Amino acid sequence: MVLKTLTGNYAVATAVKLARVKVVATYPITPQTTIVEKLAEMVETGELDAEMIRVESEYSAMAAVYGAASGGVRAFTATSSHGLLYMHEMLWWVAGSRMPLVMAVVTRSIGPPWNIWTDHSDIMGQRDAGWLITFSENSQETLDETLKLFRITEDERVYLPGIVTLDAFIMSHTSEPVDIPDQSLVDAFLPPRKQPYVFKAGDPIVMGNMPRDLKWNMMVREDMCRAMERAKRVIEEADELWGKLTGRKHGGLTDCYRCEDAKHFIVGMGAWTGDMRDAVDHLRDRFGLKVGLIKVRYFRPFPSEDLIKWLNNAMSVVVFDRSVSPGAEGPLYIETVSSLASSGVRSPVKNVLAGLAGVDLAPADISNVMLASVEEVEELGAFKQRVTWFYGGE
Amino acid sequence: MLSEGHILPLSKPVVGVSGRTGAWRIQRPVFDASKCVKCRLCWLYCPDSVIDLNEAGGDFISIDYDYCKGCGVCVSVCPTKALLMKPEG
Repeated sequence: MVLKTLTGNYAVATAVKLARVKVVATYPITPQTTIVEKLAEMVETGELDAEMIRVESEYSAMAAVYGAASGGVRAFTATSSHGLLYMHEMLWWVAGSRMPLVMAVVTRSIGPPWNIWTDHSDIMGQRDAGWLITFSENSQETLDETLKLFRITEDERVYLPGIVTLDAFIMSHTSEPVDIPDQSLVDAFLPPRKQPYVFKAGDPIVMGNMPRDLKWNMMVREDMCRAMERAKRVIEEADELWGKLTGRKHGGLTDCYRCEDAKHFIVGMGAWTGDMRDAVDHLRDRFGLKVGLIKVRYFRPFPSEDLIKWLNNAMSVVVFDRSVSPGAEGPLYIETVSSLASSGVRSPVKNVLAGLAGVDLAPADISNVMLASVEEVEELGAFKQRVTWFYGGE
Repeated sequence: MLSEGHILPLSKPVVGVSGRTGAWRIQRPVFDASKCVKCRLCWLYCPDSVIDLNEAGGDFISIDYDYCKGCGVCVSVCPTKALLMKPEG
């Protein structure tokens, strides 16, 4: 192992190299571009033995790596924001055909107005496509989770594609020390690629033909849901094994910080969970408040069981969302509330919509939100408003 | 298709999986070997690949009437009228 200073984007590129990816399709978009630039450099210098395909759009980028994966090799692409939206249809084809494939999404807001900073609007728009979706907190987790996704997506219990996300600039372009595993360790962790079928010359198969009985369409969808359920166990196993090999366990679907005796909870995902840890420390050490953080590491499959377990006796829960579904609420809030309600957990849950379009949310802001929320719940036993918009500051 | 416990949207191409589509035909191409100059245009243009070439001898082409839908493209491209459409029945 070797410690290197890497941006989140270079951490992704390094993981892709270590996974011995054979085909990379590239189309530039801020702030993803330096991932595929770095991979192009690795291919040019011979560090990575892979085919680079320069395509004319993100739609084609996904189509190209889909074809490569169907042909039996590990393939990779990366995108952001409007590029991801343009790719949307192809995401459904890849997942519906049950083809293991890994991509990186550097999360960036959607215009108008035009904006290059982070929020989760782009990735939340892919929620129902059938891809595993993971959020990371730092470059180390990004590298580790990219590698794990190859193992998880190629597990025969799963056979679904997966997306590793990292927040624009906060992670994609910020350097921090990253422990890079040896190639031999990665080779031991990643078995040779497995997939449900391979397109081969001379052995024709048809993918996606209209079935005679429409029930088959529905059964394919149901099977994807079952695979997502099984993926939960596979994610935990991958984390266990990675922990044994490297000493680094990030948690399975969730990571809980100072939760054991917590009465009030923050729920969040992505880069700002680091700031949330600071806020938890501050609230506990300065104010003696029993606050804990539930960091959602996987949004798909959704960690319902973990949330129910941790929030069963919570006095209050504040869910921070970095995107919103106009006409409803933040996606993480919607699914958290749904999970809790389905098992009869009656804790008050509030949705704070913040950090959209890259509006900064400092640890002090999170602390202030929590202080006000705790006070409100202790006084009223409930939240006055289910959903609030928070722009930072007092 | 069921595979290793998964339900996959896969199928295998099989000859005649949609039935004998030649039954749709109202006219059929009929071959006159004496006019054929072996240009292979009919074989090349047939949209259903029902024309086979017999390079070894005998009539130069044979038509699989089980699947020929009688579209007439082969007749249209034949430069020597070695293929002509005739009404069925």
